[in-house]
Amino acid sequence: MNANPQPFISASDVLEIAGRQFKSRLIVGTGKYSSFAVMQRAHEASGADMVTVAVRRVNISDRSKESLLDYIDTSRIALLPNTAGCYSADDAVRTARLGREAGLSNWVKLEVIGDAKTLFPDNEELLAATKILVKEGFVVLPYTTDDPVVCRKLEDAGAAAVMPLGAPIGSGLGIQNANNIRIIRESARVPVILDAGVGTASDAVIAMELGADGVLMNTAIAEAQDPLAMAESMKLAVQAGRLAYRAGRMGRRMYASASSPLSGAVK
Amino acid sequence: MTIILNGDRVDVTPPLTLSTLLVQLGVDPRRVAIEHNLNVIKKTSYDTTEIHDGDQVEIVNFVGGGTTR
Repeated sequence: MNANPQPFISASDVLEIAGRQFKSRLIVGTGKYSSFAVMQRAHEASGADMVTVAVRRVNISDRSKESLLDYIDTSRIALLPNTAGCYSADDAVRTARLGREAGLSNWVKLEVIGDAKTLFPDNEELLAATKILVKEGFVVLPYTTDDPVVCRKLEDAGAAAVMPLGAPIGSGLGIQNANNIRIIRESARVPVILDAGVGTASDAVIAMELGADGVLMNTAIAEAQDPLAMAESMKLAVQAGRLAYRAGRMGRRMYASASSPLSGAVK
Repeated sequence: MTIILNGDRVDVTPPLTLSTLLVQLGVDPRRVAIEHNLNVIKKTSYDTTEIHDGDQVEIVNFVGGGTTR
């Protein structure tokens, strides 16, 4: 017996993207919270050491608003600027460049949306933007459909990770095509971060059991009745799923297989 | 002169640099990024970047967001 209460959660089993190590395999967003204060506490409860932020025009007429950055301890939490809301490679590239200047980091969660209703990515534009930004020295983490071929193309274009969706952004529907995520993990040589679609803890567990290297979520925590409790639940879910993946699950059988010896039963 | 600031036409008085524009707007330069005629300008160049009539200036910062909203 190992006296350590968490004997198998190894400090060495870290998420590594582009040579940078993260203690947590959970990446969280900064949107939709009731207040920045709640967001900050949810971030703490989640244990995440990377959060994604959007790049938007400064409100010129109303400078009174609080700044998001007052509520993120950037000495402990890495900022991952995103290109949310961009519908073309050009706009995404512009936004990424601005994000780099604002955050002084060359990391970008690249989103190029192709459809307003589903927020599904436009993979053609996404690939084009990935190529440009990789050439400019960005660490590109593209948000993509759960398509293994697209993921391979993004990887070949120099993406530092691939981020397939589990379900539409903000839908909370859970992983709609688990087998695709498994195949993407099997074939990718870069980290696979499941991005979007997680609704509750079991969805995060499934993502990790399928072999995802990490999970990115926003709405599942921000729109929970108790965001802080859900944030902690997601932290545990990601750990549990990772452990189960590494442990290797038992094989499936079509019928029962008794756990107790059959001989010696009282008859 | 008139410039396009964050998509809106704004009347400003020349001569104007990005630094003085930020001061006039009350914007902390440490928290923003600026695009001037589609080029991102490094913070160290705000003092020397002059704004001319018809120029397009985008001033952005980070806001809460996970994925597209």
